[in-house]
Amino acid sequence: MTVEQQTTPLRVHSVGSRLDRVDGIEKVTGRATYAVEHGESAGIVDPLHVWLVQSTVARGRVVGVDSRAALAHPDVVGVVDHTSSPRLADTDNGELAILQDAEVHFRGQIVALVLAETPEAAREGAALVEVSYDEEPHEAELREDNATHRPDSVNPDMDTDTDEGDVDAALADAAIVVEQSYRTAYEHNNPLEPHATTAWWTEEDGRDVLSMFDSSQGVHGVVQALAPMLALDPDQVRVRAPYVGGGFGSKGEAHAHVMAAALAARTTGGRPVRLAVTRQQMFALTGYRTATISHLRLGADADGRLTAIEHRVQEQTSRVREFAEQTGSPARMMYAAPHRRTSHRLAVLDVAVPSWMRAPGEMPGMYAHEVAMDELAVSCGVDPIELRIRNEPDTDPETGKPFNDRRLPDCLRRGAERFGWSSRPSEPRATRDGEWWVGTGVASATYPAMRMPGNAARVSALDGGRYAVGIGCVDIGTGARTVLTQIAADALGVPPDHVDLDIADTRLPPASVAGGSSGTSSWGSAIVAAAQRFRADHGDRPDAGVETTASAAADPAAEEYAFHSFGAVFAEARVHRWTGEIRVPRLLGAYSVGRVVNPVTARSQLVGGLVMGLSAGLFEESWRDPRFGHVVTQDLATYHVASHADVLDVDAEWLDEADELFTPMGSRGIGEIGIVGTAAAVANATHHATGVRVRSIPITADRFLE
Amino acid sequence: MRAMEYVRPATPAEAVATVAARPGARFLAGGTNLVDHLKLGVASPETLVDVRRLPLDAVETYDGGVRVGANVLNSDLASHPLVRSRLPLVSRALLAGASGQIRNQATTGGNLLQRTRCVYFQDVTTPCNKREPGSGCSALEGYGRYNAILGASPACVATHPSDLAVALAALDASVVLLGADGERRIPFEELHRLPGDDAATDTTLGPDELILAVEVPTTEAARRSAYRKVRDRASFAFALVSVAGAVRVTDGVVEDVRIAWGGVAHKPWRARRAEAALVGQALTADAVRAAVDDELGAAETTPQTAYKVPMLRNTTVLTLTQLAEEEVA
Amino acid sequence: MEATIHLTVDGTDRSVDVDTRTTLLDALRERVGVTSPKKGCDHGQCGSCTVLLDGRRHLTCLAIAVAYDGAEIVTADGLGGADLHPVQQAFLDHDGFQCGYCTPGQVCSAVGAIDEAKQGRPSHVTDDLEADVQLTDDEIRERMSGNLCRCGAYPGILAAVREAAQG
Repeated sequence: MTVEQQTTPLRVHSVGSRLDRVDGIEKVTGRATYAVEHGESAGIVDPLHVWLVQSTVARGRVVGVDSRAALAHPDVVGVVDHTSSPRLADTDNGELAILQDAEVHFRGQIVALVLAETPEAAREGAALVEVSYDEEPHEAELREDNATHRPDSVNPDMDTDTDEGDVDAALADAAIVVEQSYRTAYEHNNPLEPHATTAWWTEEDGRDVLSMFDSSQGVHGVVQALAPMLALDPDQVRVRAPYVGGGFGSKGEAHAHVMAAALAARTTGGRPVRLAVTRQQMFALTGYRTATISHLRLGADADGRLTAIEHRVQEQTSRVREFAEQTGSPARMMYAAPHRRTSHRLAVLDVAVPSWMRAPGEMPGMYAHEVAMDELAVSCGVDPIELRIRNEPDTDPETGKPFNDRRLPDCLRRGAERFGWSSRPSEPRATRDGEWWVGTGVASATYPAMRMPGNAARVSALDGGRYAVGIGCVDIGTGARTVLTQIAADALGVPPDHVDLDIADTRLPPASVAGGSSGTSSWGSAIVAAAQRFRADHGDRPDAGVETTASAAADPAAEEYAFHSFGAVFAEARVHRWTGEIRVPRLLGAYSVGRVVNPVTARSQLVGGLVMGLSAGLFEESWRDPRFGHVVTQDLATYHVASHADVLDVDAEWLDEADELFTPMGSRGIGEIGIVGTAAAVANATHHATGVRVRSIPITADRFLE
Repeated sequence: MRAMEYVRPATPAEAVATVAARPGARFLAGGTNLVDHLKLGVASPETLVDVRRLPLDAVETYDGGVRVGANVLNSDLASHPLVRSRLPLVSRALLAGASGQIRNQATTGGNLLQRTRCVYFQDVTTPCNKREPGSGCSALEGYGRYNAILGASPACVATHPSDLAVALAALDASVVLLGADGERRIPFEELHRLPGDDAATDTTLGPDELILAVEVPTTEAARRSAYRKVRDRASFAFALVSVAGAVRVTDGVVEDVRIAWGGVAHKPWRARRAEAALVGQALTADAVRAAVDDELGAAETTPQTAYKVPMLRNTTVLTLTQLAEEEVA
Repeated sequence: MEATIHLTVDGTDRSVDVDTRTTLLDALRERVGVTSPKKGCDHGQCGSCTVLLDGRRHLTCLAIAVAYDGAEIVTADGLGGADLHPVQQAFLDHDGFQCGYCTPGQVCSAVGAIDEAKQGRPSHVTDDLEADVQLTDDEIRERMSGNLCRCGAYPGILAAVREAAQG
């Protein structure tokens, strides 16, 4: 039974100090087992291999699936299509309800599955399945003139539009107006481990049970999505994810391939199946960030004090399932301005379903906003750091609540000092080093602090003063397994090596997704609650075997405040005067994120976010061919992510603080903020270097040629 | 990929005879590109004839040059003392390409026979004349950032991806081939072809011809050379454009100059017009710019490829003027 | 078409039945059960499948297994024997990874790259092709660029390789 426990702030010992990753040896040797690497020791015996057959039209109907050649291929054992697939009880989720009808909603949709004894045979079998279509005209291009659909809300559950004061009048009266449009490219998360699932069905006590190893950011979420569709109770589905090779949002919810594995496994008489999505297939099936068009209007007085902020967003969703990225949301709370307006309009396209990608909303939104702020700084001749400080709000402009520690100015000043900002020439195109123009840029970062409902943890006493702590959350590389061990240790008042932490299994108490920078806050709070309740119930010398399961009660005092993390990103850019090549020799983020639980894993996360922001700023573009409807840069040679040679001096630091009103650990979450503002800092640095203002990302060499 | 026979002949002659005798047979060397194509369905050979272990792995001098066996690995060629000292352009081009692992696997012959990375060529769900003659060219009005600007045709706008090939084009190399009719030797520039109305054919090789070696003359100009590759990432990316340059200046005027370009055509592009314009001139930025523009008069660009003209012009000027400055120094 | 090949994997002789289509990576992962080399892209574009093959760093995804009959393969799991290889210890000390998926390939690549530098092999960023190679930070970055890390652990990887190379 789970009880609710009001937590008190943690007395920290291990929290705040370095603890090496508890799963580090498994990772550096490759012994860590990912989703399709489980063998006989995990009960996976003689698995079949599943290969996906994808539609080659963007819209229409499947009129025939000829599987004769595939079935004739040696070692192919089955083909499943919409006429033969097991039926689903619920098809409302258009992304997951695969193989239930003949409709094709986007190019790359799953239209059949091939099962075979070997991966080689499965792949060839998939190539041999002949699918014929009645093709219908499709629309797959985001344009300003077709992004007109107004969604009911934007993610996760925000107002689509906001309008305060009189923006038009304020802009008409403003001494200085910046009015520009900015674009971000389609981006794919591209975790290094492609999405993959092992699935098998068994019968236990007369009931069907579906078991899976899935590369997922939240095993409980997979159960919640799949169980009702398969007409199962949640306890009839067990999902585990002991190791996950990154996710960055793309594994935040189950995508169609997970259902494909479940359906394929239903047809094998109990044999397990392995389904490994290929890198190319990921570009159609496992989510991506929509391209965005941001129309910014900033009005300010001559000193740069904002009077009006307007951020109109145009972006894209899919016809089969709506997904509205909250790109305009940071403009609602970032700076003070009495008159403000935001809106989101979508092009509804016959394309693959967009999904979560690191800092959804904040990443593209703050890119546009922070480049616009740089343009404002130039227009009014105010230093970009001073401009931001002048526009600090006293309270949260969106809710009117006081911020619980809004320390953006501290981040800006501290970063500026370390970066050497004071020696920066105010004019662009002022510094050349040999053949390279050199410049620096800054941008602010923000991300809301979030604690998710629905978390509980279990603490059990073991022999010898040791404790087992269980919670069904997932470590996707963030270091959760390590920092939760530290939190549990401090909450129980024992050294970390006295804690056996068990995670990543739906048989453990429920945990929310590893997303939204909410993991440590949500899971850690549950662990503290369970530990504190355990001590209250069982004392300091419990008998082995006693246990407590608890969730953290909400703190009513927290309702009175707005909780956000903040940061300042500084970039140096060098642009080659003849070739246009861009290098970023220095990138620094200074953050206010509450207490840092483990400085080693925290630095890696923040630096990792900065690297991904740099990568988005300079390289990443999924090029959708509107004639076909799919992304044609669908591998890691044509969709460039930052390579080692692109990442020079990148570092992060943070303010010494603790937000104990938000969580008992004092932490606020760090997973996304590193990517926020980073592309803008790089863009602003390239402008400072060259005097050329590029208003879209990625910024590439061809933009600087003369 | 379809089921395949696998054979490993003991001699080059046996390899050639095997391919000649079996329709649908393909040579396999390092595999760094062919295996891509097997997986993607771009290539579907019935037989793989493995030539990787044939004893074609020597780097040796001959009178006036260096002979490189077809199986010499890219990494071994780049670090070979003879190549580093006498053909630095070859080292530089190789080291600008791929990754350390791929260079440990890819061979000299295979590098030259790698195929375009045009996204449509590699995507069997889209039309592509190179993959499926007569189906059309998707790149003409599609993703075009890497498309050709010189020598392209309505059938194909693909570019050749090899860096090594650009260097060898500049150095007047020759290719030694073995076919069913015996050995022959062709100038390197004749190895690759422009697409014309036959986009499917990359080279002038017969279907059963095997590259045995590449012969590279070691001239004075070859020592004073540079390879400049411009790409989106700082490493591990194909060229937007690349320039292989070599120059010899005597008494203030250009005596010998070589310019070859990568990333702009279906083959490495030897800029002979530009070279001719420079011989006998003082090597100044203006002179190089004028010579390059003369060569680029034939360029055909789209909004997506227009950048290649100034990028190529600037990069060529930069490469040659830096070489000239070094020579003066 | 099936064939039987012999491999030495992390010191153990293995006889493996493969399809002529089977890559070395799939032979290891699906047929031998050695999952230390990872499949990140299957096209030589990420480096996650890197092993030491006959002593040099090598991709396994672009290698047809039957062509490598007789090869000696060392994966990250076999690098250090019962202990950790110094490169692995350096990755731990500098937190040169997060999710761990690219890590076995990074580790093998680092061992190979350090060895290549010791042999005096130049790289794209080596100034003088004929001088000794100094493994500067830029050299390490360039030589490790065939291994992508989406978690962005490059600064930690750099520190780890730098330390291991000096040791």
